[in-house]
Amino acid sequence: MSKYYFQVERAGIHTTFQDLGRFNVQHLGICPGGSMDSDLLKISNKLVNNPLQKGVLEFAYQGPRLKLISGNTKIAIAGNVHFTIERQHNSSLIEQCNSYETYNLEEGDTMDILATKKSVYGYLSIEGGFQLKQFYNSVSTLTRSGIGANDGKKIEENLKIFFIKKNDNNNKKTVQWKSDFNDNIIRVLEGPQFHYFSKQSIKEFFLCKYKISNNSDRMGMRLEGHKIENIVSSNIASEGIIKGSIQVTGDGNPIILMADHPTIGGYPKIATVISADFAKVAQLSPGKKITFKKVTLLEAEKYFHKQQKILESLVKQ
Amino acid sequence: MFEKIYNISDQGIICDFGNEINKEINAKVIGVFNYINNNSDIKNELGIINCIPSYNKLIVQYDLLLVSSNSIIKYISSIKEDHLTYQNNQKKFELPICYDAEYGLDLASISKRNKISIEEIIHLHHETSFYVYMMGFMPGFPFMGDLTDKLFTSRLKTPRVVVPAKSVAIVEKFCAIYPFDSPGGWNIIGKTPSKLFEKNKKDPFLLYPGAQVKFKSISKTALLDMESEHNE
Repeated sequence: MSKYYFQVERAGIHTTFQDLGRFNVQHLGICPGGSMDSDLLKISNKLVNNPLQKGVLEFAYQGPRLKLISGNTKIAIAGNVHFTIERQHNSSLIEQCNSYETYNLEEGDTMDILATKKSVYGYLSIEGGFQLKQFYNSVSTLTRSGIGANDGKKIEENLKIFFIKKNDNNNKKTVQWKSDFNDNIIRVLEGPQFHYFSKQSIKEFFLCKYKISNNSDRMGMRLEGHKIENIVSSNIASEGIIKGSIQVTGDGNPIILMADHPTIGGYPKIATVISADFAKVAQLSPGKKITFKKVTLLEAEKYFHKQQKILESLVKQ
Repeated sequence: MFEKIYNISDQGIICDFGNEINKEINAKVIGVFNYINNNSDIKNELGIINCIPSYNKLIVQYDLLLVSSNSIIKYISSIKEDHLTYQNNQKKFELPICYDAEYGLDLASISKRNKISIEEIIHLHHETSFYVYMMGFMPGFPFMGDLTDKLFTSRLKTPRVVVPAKSVAIVEKFCAIYPFDSPGGWNIIGKTPSKLFEKNKKDPFLLYPGAQVKFKSISKTALLDMESEHNE
């Protein structure tokens, strides 16, 4: 056990350990989970020279306040995040900090992640990584099933978070990154039960705006807007579900299934969010309005590779 | 063997084996699932990261960084029925069950609705050789079949807020076991002391898709004894 740790002085709203997810066990009832915005997870890890898939702390809206009790380290935060550092040696000064930039922390320093701005999720990486227990090759926390790091729970006040110390240089590193959230158009492919819905409803699905409801989390984002009329059946024989599927329940409301989605489900699915737009959806806060745009599979693949290329050039620096 | 194979996302395809729900079709689904997993070199090379079998569909999820949909569909289409072996499915499990009224919360209402005695419900359930079609809903939760038509039930109109952990429950021609306390709408007929998911064990899951299950009736005293043994 490492002797270096942070103490949680405030846990934040929903702060969990996440990596890129837990695969190959969905057939036993465990969904992949993992970071809601994987681009940001990779960037925060890159900044502190970690392998890109290393477990990090994901926070939503308000993040944690963490005091470094023992050891010194280097941290980076990715996302549109307002955070500060209070130095032990100069307690009168509260340092205003920037995302996408590394900071060295000394014993006694406190980091306060106050809020994500115009977005939902942010990521905290630490050089060398947190000391976390894996389950099926992943630390991703699935709170609904009590699986993953921290015994499958979100972090709580007074928890000690241990880390592997590997602070070998004081060099500062920054990257330029701006998530492409200039519009609220979400690109989708036809879902497996696309033809379960009336022509008129499909037309409206692509014309009308849908509002992200308050009832949205890591499992799914409920949408409010035009009800979708089912002309075949509002139930299908249960089948596997993957991230980004948009299912329509009996009441005609669509739900975008996110990282912690159910493993199987019996509602028909009208569309699937393309991989390139997944992070964009995840970062939309309740109240925001979106429109769906249908694209082809080839286009979806092209957008994904284009986006990954930008990310790659960034993390190669 | 496949009716259709098509993309359901830019990182996933669905293999459609038709719309019927029976063991023969499901055995093919699980046969293809096992075939993909057993050929792990090709699986890794193609970036296949997740396979999800259900009654009559198989979803294959892949890493678009490594592969595109064409190669996956080409590979899956090349899998023929005579490539499949069903040897992984042969293991048989015997699970204890206590049908005491204290645990079989819906035995009386099923008896009334289906016009069949409680003894007959227990007898029919107990003599069924079950087959695990798929798992899901929560870790370790099996969907097993097939029950006789005489035990056909619908979901509860108002689902229970809490179904006690290890409840054995039925709906339509299926039987399931709730690994944990959970909300649920299935008709509860008994309780098993068996643990379906233990996250701290080396091998956390008791059952898997394709497994065969028989129940063995035990008394309430035996159930309580087994539970206290498990908790030691």
